[in-house]
Formats: sequence, C-alpha cells, structure tokens
Amino acid sequence: MIDAPSVGLLSLFLASILTSNVLLANFLGTCSFISISKDFKSSMGLGVAVTLVIGITAAVCWAVLYFIIQPLGIEYLSFIIFIIVIAGVVQMLEMIIDRFSPALYLALGIFLPLITVNCAVLGVILFMQIRKYNFPQAVIFGFGSGAGWWLAIMLLASIRKKLDSNNAIPAGLKGTGITLITIGFMAMAFVGFSGMIAVQ
Amino acid sequence: MSPILVGPLTVAGISTVLALIIAVLDKALNNYGDVEISINGGEKKLEVKGGSPLLSTLAAENIFVPSACGGRGTCGACKCKVISDVGPHLPTELPFMSPDEIAHNVRLSCQVKVRKNIEIELPRELFSIKKYKTHVEKIRDVTHDIKEVLFALDSGEIDFVSGQYVQLVVPPYGDIRESTQRAYSMSSKPSDKKHVELLIRLVPGGIATTWVHKFLKEGDAVELVGPFGEFRVHDTPAAMICVAGGSGMAPFKSIFYNLYETNAFPEKDIWYFFGARTSKDMFYLEELRELQAKWPRFHLVAALSEPSPEENWAGDTGLITDVLDRYLQTVIPKKDKGWEGYLCGSPGMINACINVMKKNGITEDKIYYDKFA
Repeated sequence: MIDAPSVGLLSLFLASILTSNVLLANFLGTCSFISISKDFKSSMGLGVAVTLVIGITAAVCWAVLYFIIQPLGIEYLSFIIFIIVIAGVVQMLEMIIDRFSPALYLALGIFLPLITVNCAVLGVILFMQIRKYNFPQAVIFGFGSGAGWWLAIMLLASIRKKLDSNNAIPAGLKGTGITLITIGFMAMAFVGFSGMIAVQ
Repeated sequence: MSPILVGPLTVAGISTVLALIIAVLDKALNNYGDVEISINGGEKKLEVKGGSPLLSTLAAENIFVPSACGGRGTCGACKCKVISDVGPHLPTELPFMSPDEIAHNVRLSCQVKVRKNIEIELPRELFSIKKYKTHVEKIRDVTHDIKEVLFALDSGEIDFVSGQYVQLVVPPYGDIRESTQRAYSMSSKPSDKKHVELLIRLVPGGIATTWVHKFLKEGDAVELVGPFGEFRVHDTPAAMICVAGGSGMAPFKSIFYNLYETNAFPEKDIWYFFGARTSKDMFYLEELRELQAKWPRFHLVAALSEPSPEENWAGDTGLITDVLDRYLQTVIPKKDKGWEGYLCGSPGMINACINVMKKNGITEDKIYYDKFA
C-alpha cells in the first residue's frame, strides 16, 4: 500500500540526526531553540521532551495518515488533523509523565505543553508523509529527528555558555545576534556530513 | 456520503476520540487516593482527595487562602508555607517569590498539587474566613460602567476591618462552565455586620464583572468568601494621602465613613485624591463633599483628566498623578508627622502613584495598596 523508499533503518536514523538535521538543515523549531539554549539544564529538558514527542507523534500520525486520511481521500486536511493529533498526544504524555515520574515532569516543566506549537514536530511528520516512509521508518525518522534537535540544542547551549563569559563580543551582537551567527556556522559545519548518507 | 461532509466529520471524529482518551486518562491517572494535609504542626488535620491544587483542595474544606485571581497563578496572593518536599518552585511561581521566600519554602498554593501527605503552615486568621450565603438587596448604577451592589447576609455576621476585600463566587453562566472567584474591596462600613457593599466596574470580557452587570438581579442568591487582606489604616499620626480611580473608591468609602463614625486615629489628616476621565465617570461627589463640609480633617481632591468644556468642571484637571504631585509639592503642609500613601486602582495607576510619592519623599514601606490583577 505504501511505496516506501528503500533506505536502511540505521542509515535513516543517522541521516536524520546528522545530514538532514531538522534544525540545522531545515531550520525548523528555531524559535524555542534560540530562547531556551541560554540555559544548559533547560536545553536538556526540552531536548528530551522534543525527542519523545516527535517519536511518539510520528508513530501516531503515521497510523492516522494511512488508516484514516488516505482511505478517505482527505489529504487536504492532513495539516489540521496532524496538529490536533500532536496537541492531543502532548496532553496525554503530560498527564502520564505527571503521574508516573514527577521528577521528569518537574524537569520538563512548562516545556512539554510548549512543544505543541514547535514547528519541528509538524515538520517531521510532513516529511514523513511526503517521503512515504513505512511504519518502522517513520518511527526511526521521528526519534532520529528528535535526537538531532536535541544534539543541536545541547551543542548550542554549550557554545553559548562559553560565549556568555566572553567579553570580546561587540555589544550590538550580544544575545540573539551572536546566537544566530553561531547557528549559521553550526549549520555549515553540519553540511560537512552531507556526503555520508542522503535521504530525500 | 457527500464528500463535503467527510472532511469536517473526520476532523470532528478524531478530536472527539482524542478528547475521550484524555478524559479517561485524566480519570484514571489523576487519582491519588486519600491524602492527609497537616496544618501548623498537626493543629488541624484534613483527609482529602489528592490530585487537585492545594488552593482548591483547602477551599473544599472551608479554608480559604486569599486569592485575587481565583487560582490562575497571576496574582501571587495565595502564598503559603509548604514544609513537606513537593519539588522545586515552578517557573509560574518564581516571578512572585523573593529569594527569602524561596529559601523558606513559601509556595503559591494554586500551583502546588496535592499528591501525597503534606504538611503546611497557614496564618491562624485564615481559619476565621468564612463562606457567606447572601442575596442581592439592591443594585444601583453609580456611573455608566460602575454598579454599587448591596448584599444582605442570610445568616450570621461578618467582622472585618475597613479596607479588606471579599471574593465574589461567580457561578457558571452562559459559555462559562466553571465557577470562578474574583476579589472586590468592601465599600460598606464594618459597623453594619449584616451587609456587604461592593463597587463593580464593567471590564469588557471580564467573567465576574460581565456576570454582575448583565445577569445579576436583585433578590439573587450569591456566595461571598472573606474577609481577606492587609489593606487598612495604620495606627500612626502620619497624614493619609489616599489615591483612587474608578471602582478603587470602594475601600476608601468604607475607611472614611468608618473613621468619621468612630473618630479613630484623631491625629490623622486625610487627603483623598479621586481621578476620573470625564464627569460621566465621577461618582459619590455630593456625598464626599458633604462629608468634607462636616469633618475638618478630611480633604477631597476630585480631578478630571479630560473634561469637555460644556461640563463646566470647577475642580482640578489633569491626570491624577500630576494633580497629586502638585498638591504634595505646594498645597499639603509638610508636617513632622509625615505622610503615608494609600492606593487603590489599576496596577498602572498604582505604579505611577508610587513613583510620584517616592519622588516626594514617601518611602516605599509607607505606601500601602492591594493590586488586583
């Protein structure tokens, strides 16, 4: 029923982290990336949360796409349906974590609900739809993209920690300015991986 | 089935299924069984159902921690000391906490969820706060957007200090599904223990004010919770510099008439600055002028910021902060007794007045106000 691309799961996983990093190659989810990366601990929390949410919603949305949207021929509504599903899943995840791991719940804090509106989540699901992944591929791609986003925010948080203590930065560039430039360099560095594996 | 219907129905169906799963999960997960809340070292022990915020759990047990916003986490009033470990302060609490309060485990009770047995400390006065069953005796328009509402207590008496506030319990109405509470200063005199009077200004889109202005009728049953608040006249010889705008008139009406009636703190001079935009927004002017005429230590300064020429306004004009500044600098005698600031109104007006008062030498610890957010 699906004409899935013939790409190995491990390569897909590595590709979604490195060569087509959802943040540094596609520039999705930049808003929370810039605002949260100020703080190392929060970055960690948000990274975990994003990885969990993208992985789980990718699986759920895959099922919704191929068992509901496609059979009914309502692809034109897929954006709306995906957003509803993401919001619902995030809400459930929040309740489950709150009940079973209060420590993780406190660590994730307000970030979990914020992820509902993180465009990286919707972006990954739309890639999954366009590239026609099968179920295992969708799940691997989801978790891989989340992990890629997590890796990117941890890298940036570490760099910003160094930058904060550096007085050589001109006043006009401090804060978001130098952060945007840093992200640009990081994106260029990640281009270096592009020869390794390619997924389209 | 018509293809036009398939799309909307699918979206609706998916939303319903998700909502159902969430509702079922909530029932199943948000169940912490019976837990015990121990107050003030075991002085009072409550057996409650876990899973709800501390504020609403205590309210269900008839202990009413003050809260001006009704548990939305925006006013910062419902502070209470939690001795048990309930995890670190949430980002929603931090803006309201001083470093000292954080170190002493002071929390916002609307943000702390009761999941297990916990131990808390509450001021003993809170136990005297009650829920009163009342009915509306009279509603009167004092301006185009402010109503004076008189509630008669169905039973019992209310003991309060002028300046304190009560919370009006707004039942679900129209599209509002949940009962909410909003704080309003009492404008009635404490000597009348059978009545509570509130001044309520219509705020566009406000849940409580819309209810009062559009739905509440004379004879309706209403619940009030209180009294709350530390806003009151302080026992010093210093002159009172009171500033109010709009429904901020309420606590001062109570304070002035109470002082006049009891002649308490006879050394205190009282200056009352009341600001409004046009004479359409001005109220109680006759009554206050009458009070001024028979009570020498009371001075009324009513000011309009935008009077139109046809109004023939004879009083002061300008923003109330400018008028206040002018009076503090040139009119009010600088006695060695000093000045105290008393403010009631919008947060914007309060902040502006604090700046003017500080500029004129009133230190911040001598400026008193309740900020209702």
